[in-house]
Amino acid sequence: MPTMQAAAPVTAEPQADPADRAERAALIRERARRILLPIAGGLSLLFVWWALVALLHVKPFIAPSPEVVAHTLYDRFGMLMANLLPTAIEAVGGFIIGNFGAVLLATLFVHRRTVELAFFPVAVLINSIPVVAKAPILLLLLGNGLAPKVAIAAIICFFPTLVNMVRGLQAVSPQAMELMHVLSASKREVFFKLRLQSSLPFLFSALKIAASTATVGAIVGEWIGSQVGIGALIVQATYNFDSALLYATVLCGSAFSVLFFLVIRLIERLVVRWDAGVAA
Amino acid sequence: MLGPVAPAGDCPALECEDVGVRFRAERRTVTALERITLRVPAGSLLTVLGPSGCGKSTLLRVIADIVPPHTGSMRVLGGTPEAARRARQIGFVFQDAALLPWRSALDNVRLPLEVGGRRPLPPGSKGPEELLALVGLAGWERALPHELSGGMRQRVAIARALLGGPRILLMDEPFGALDEITRDRLNEELLRIWQETGTTIVFVTHSIYEAAFLGREVLVLAARPGRVRALVPIDLPEPRRLPVRETAEFMRQAAHLRAVLETC
Repeated sequence: MPTMQAAAPVTAEPQADPADRAERAALIRERARRILLPIAGGLSLLFVWWALVALLHVKPFIAPSPEVVAHTLYDRFGMLMANLLPTAIEAVGGFIIGNFGAVLLATLFVHRRTVELAFFPVAVLINSIPVVAKAPILLLLLGNGLAPKVAIAAIICFFPTLVNMVRGLQAVSPQAMELMHVLSASKREVFFKLRLQSSLPFLFSALKIAASTATVGAIVGEWIGSQVGIGALIVQATYNFDSALLYATVLCGSAFSVLFFLVIRLIERLVVRWDAGVAA
Repeated sequence: MLGPVAPAGDCPALECEDVGVRFRAERRTVTALERITLRVPAGSLLTVLGPSGCGKSTLLRVIADIVPPHTGSMRVLGGTPEAARRARQIGFVFQDAALLPWRSALDNVRLPLEVGGRRPLPPGSKGPEELLALVGLAGWERALPHELSGGMRQRVAIARALLGGPRILLMDEPFGALDEITRDRLNEELLRIWQETGTTIVFVTHSIYEAAFLGREVLVLAARPGRVRALVPIDLPEPRRLPVRETAEFMRQAAHLRAVLETC
């Protein structure tokens, strides 16, 4: 072969170059700062909280001090987890149902413009109703139990995913569409080979939001007429002026929400391996 | 509906008869192409040169059956553009490589095998690995597009367009976004690939030097509406290598092209 042949990939050998070493040290320092500083920031706020409660003699039923919350977390861990379980089931169940429905509807919208024109504004309208207002309606419709909470979590996930998914499925470069046309690809092939993958970065940014909002939905659902769950526990603790339990419950709910988010992000990292920012 | 695709060799690759294309844009109609008449013999390398807005890209899209002509007729390999497209006789290389970012280089080259009705590679035609080697990317099969440079991505796009051995290769300013060094290399390699495959190539560019170096003939289009200004033959010693561009003969022909272009 004449002229150039692109060189095979070479891995750079670590060089004992002093400038290189200095650069690496700076990199490690920067990474350490990024981990240590947020921890320091969090601890300092915890200290301020503790100091304020102690110095101002805040009554325990108004706000607990951090160590009381820690004790409650430890002593009543079993009870907290027993209440987290139904909330988690509702949140995850609602997440799966809501997002699955959103993806299906987005697919329909992209292929049937008439359906999109007819129902997209309605979807926007329904979404604009606040969750707290939607919750009682769904409770009346679905009765007490798991179903209304799952439904609220699902509805809360549904709309952001629908919007992002529609945008993602349409975010195909015109040239890629022309390529598929030149290759005489069918609509189904365009969808499965092109649109679906193009939409994945959009889908995952919606799913990451949905992971947190589904938890919120489940908790709000439990505020009204529920005996178990993080939401019910929050209401009970508030009415009983059990501020330590209230804080511990909120912590459990947040921890679950963060964990949920991290799981989705992990899946995103595994699935979306290409650099989404580069339109190749 | 589909006309037959005539066997190789006994008809011109393209026959353009009075082709006109109009677009409707915000109340007014834009004439992208007007009365284009052109005949491209099989196996030739035609470059299309013209100012922006002269419809060079539209011309390629009419050939590839992406845009229908409003008037006139376009014959591709003796049949309709649609027949040529369905028979996979047309390869298209876009200005940006249009690679699917989640597919490796090799899987991008393979894409034509997976869509538009599974079809086996014609006997004797090169497979995806061979084509990657042909464009100088042996060893890069598993790389994802974002791990490749702009020039390498265009090489992958060329390999993909060559899969199945199309008889016509349409290239829409494929090297326009690349740096000059990469562009020069790919120009020379394109000539080698052309000689190795015998494919008819229609190559759109806005670079006079690229048009003159690659083209055996240069179709100069005038803008608004896009119409044929001239068909300029380029006569240079074969095989063409990059240094030919420093010769007085090349300079003279490029200057002539520039003069024609200035009357557009």
